[in-house]
Amino acid sequence: MPQGVMVIAEQRDGEIRKVSYEVVSEGKRLADKLGQKVIAVLAGQNIKAKAATLGHYGADKIIVADDARLANYTPDAYASVIAQVVKANDPAILLLGASVQGKDLAARLSARLGAGMAQDCTAFSIDNGRLNAVRPIYAGKAYAKVTFSDNYPHIATARPNVMPMNPPDASKAAEIADAGVALDDSALKTKVADVVRDAAGKVDLTEADKIVSGGRGLKGPEGFKVLEDLAAVMGASVGASRSAVDAGWRAHTDQVGQTGKVVSPNLYIACGISGAIQHLAGMSTSKVVVAINKDADAPIFQKADYGVVDDLFKVVPALTEEVKKLA
Amino acid sequence: MKIIVCIKQVPDTEAQIKIAPGGKSIVKDDIKWVMNPYDEFGVEEALRIKEKLGGEVTVVGLGPKRVTESLRTALAMGADKAILISDPAAEESDALAIAKALAAAIKGVQPDLIFTGQRGVDDDMGIVGAALAESLGIPHFSVITKVEMAPDGKSVKCHKPVEGQTLVFESPLPAVITTQKGLNEPRYASLPGIMKAKKKPLEEKTLAALGLNPSEFGEGARKLKIVEIAPPPARKAGKIVQGDSPESKAKELAKLLHEEAKAI
Repeated sequence: MPQGVMVIAEQRDGEIRKVSYEVVSEGKRLADKLGQKVIAVLAGQNIKAKAATLGHYGADKIIVADDARLANYTPDAYASVIAQVVKANDPAILLLGASVQGKDLAARLSARLGAGMAQDCTAFSIDNGRLNAVRPIYAGKAYAKVTFSDNYPHIATARPNVMPMNPPDASKAAEIADAGVALDDSALKTKVADVVRDAAGKVDLTEADKIVSGGRGLKGPEGFKVLEDLAAVMGASVGASRSAVDAGWRAHTDQVGQTGKVVSPNLYIACGISGAIQHLAGMSTSKVVVAINKDADAPIFQKADYGVVDDLFKVVPALTEEVKKLA
Repeated sequence: MKIIVCIKQVPDTEAQIKIAPGGKSIVKDDIKWVMNPYDEFGVEEALRIKEKLGGEVTVVGLGPKRVTESLRTALAMGADKAILISDPAAEESDALAIAKALAAAIKGVQPDLIFTGQRGVDDDMGIVGAALAESLGIPHFSVITKVEMAPDGKSVKCHKPVEGQTLVFESPLPAVITTQKGLNEPRYASLPGIMKAKKKPLEEKTLAALGLNPSEFGEGARKLKIVEIAPPPARKAGKIVQGDSPESKAKELAKLLHEEAKAI
């Protein structure tokens, strides 16, 4: 019978990503309910020294796959290595972060292992010894509760910024083991030809703690300047509605909504966004929502914890000054 | 070049989603069905490659008869042929089963390149592309914003933005590529295109005709089972921040966010 929770951690340039600590924390909570153990797996190059921190968040054992061919993510090398580790350890539950990499790897693993997978989950529970998951569908217009067949492992990815992180306990030392799996060069068809880095310090919307987002009300690309200023003093990322992106004011990568990114920051400030259903769907799991809009009837106010009915070009710069005073 | 584009028909993104009695599916009447927006980028990219390197574009869909409309839309945009996998036994299948059916339909075509949207905007799973590649034993690249074909048509470079950077993969063909917004601007079907599409071949196949066992499909065969579908949790009513000027409202908002919401 498959046993235990396995968490596939993720590193970028040798640093373990925050979402991996969230998933290890959640894995620990689930394993405790089952009375079983958590194994974390980390793949990369020269990452063994970094792996121990996964133990501080709840991993009982850490398996490291260290290989030059794992330095950057490729679906074929990673799926091959992780599938071998999964088969050797036979976990009941396999968890990943719902990052771009985690979602991709989970999909390929699900097919390779012939096991069901639930993508981008916002809650987990154990019911009769079996994993249950809640996941937004239709970009959050509905929520599906799902469970799994008797095919193991039960695979799921967890939405970033949703699972609470355990307080790290540096005194907890997990056993660290080598994966000891083979990578067959002839099976690796893909190589990474290039890695192009974005502007330094830019946090992706899906992982941002705070987002300042703009829509039609910004009136043009130059209107986003006031949002950039507010974002800079708050340490926020800047997002945009579909209409702002389709108008060419912002890059596609900035779009929040059903055909863009689904985000769940602690604070989402929507400026000059009326709140089309497809936009609301993409930010509905944000914890605190602020709407700033001239139109008191804009649907965004229905979803906002705090609403300001006024001209954003006056409110936002004033808010920027107020936030500066708090710092 | 033989290029396949797998398309899904989904509710329009403006559609309101209502839960059907029984709580296991959504109300499907009165919904405007459209081609999955992410699949449109796949159709467009396939057509651009065909225009450059020559070849044939086949679109493949799975689902009830109404999916024919979306396949005709792709034909009107310029695709050459369509295959509809239509079988009541396939309804309510999960992504793994759907990928298996698509793989069976595609195998006969022996494509060089397969496109599909990075995810359906209905189930939001993003699994079919990878599962299809696994079934066919070929590489896949997901959420791709730029495709560069080698001039000889034998290999491809795919740009994949991940948080903070873009990975550029290089791979021999055949391969599966799942398409993301930003890849291209899909064309509209022209009137002559719409007229021509009516005469283009659209083949319908059952699971049995593809050599598949219908008992491996449908709700009973799902590896991911739906327990319940519910409306999203309601947000509690918000506060309208009061003040006699934009500045005073900003001040009050900053105070609320700092002291009450503890968000800044």
